[in-house]
Amino acid sequence: MDLSNEKISIVISQGSLEGIYPGLIMANGARAEGMEANLFFTFFGLDAIHRKRQEHIKVATVGNPALHVPTWAGGLPGVSSAMTHVMEHKMEKLEIPSIPEFVELISDTGAGLYACKASVDLFGLEMDDFIEGVDDVITVGEFYEMAFGGHIVFT
Amino acid sequence: MPTITIAEADVELNDDGFFEVPEQWTEEMVPTLALNEGIQEVTEDHWTVIRFMRKEYFEKGTGPTVRVLGKTSGVTVKELYRLFPKGPGKVAARMAGIPKPRGCI
Repeated sequence: MDLSNEKISIVISQGSLEGIYPGLIMANGARAEGMEANLFFTFFGLDAIHRKRQEHIKVATVGNPALHVPTWAGGLPGVSSAMTHVMEHKMEKLEIPSIPEFVELISDTGAGLYACKASVDLFGLEMDDFIEGVDDVITVGEFYEMAFGGHIVFT
Repeated sequence: MPTITIAEADVELNDDGFFEVPEQWTEEMVPTLALNEGIQEVTEDHWTVIRFMRKEYFEKGTGPTVRVLGKTSGVTVKELYRLFPKGPGKVAARMAGIPKPRGCI
């Protein structure tokens, strides 16, 4: 199946480990199929491309029933870090790249990386706060123009 | 499962153009397979990737994903997408006569 005329725009809106990886995997997979792919980071999803924060993304251990950790325990100091460590260890064994490495890989595939202007303004951020591969800070209107004619996935 | 003739040999392809029998592939078929992918000239870098794909397939039972190619073939991810714009893993697999690589990352 030739998918090289297809286009996908993926919105990453969450800043937890499990909130970020699916969008990254989908963008990387789209490029591997020859599709055009753009990633749009909004709200807490911006942490994935934040120079100082992208190395410290954590698993959400509170209010996450599928993790099978009681909410009261998930809130104890160090639990989120420990769970993240376990998850990262498992991922490393499966050769799943860390978030910084994955974002760089996706940029190298030719996918576009964009930050949401409303969120950038809300958090008082600037282009300098983001890693090198980020192409631009864009408005929602510019996002729709870019996404026009393709699929949009919100994560 | 169409059977087609490439470089004077019959080969079985699946509906997506991947070889059903990797042993039917020969190096002589590569220029024709490349043209089918819209690649006019097969460079030494293309060959590096093609040989690596086959080696991995016969060693591990599946071809490498783009990330694995970028890490271990000696060709960078950026370069892989320049060589195979329609998807390095899948296009190179078709040119190398192996099934579509299975892997999510």
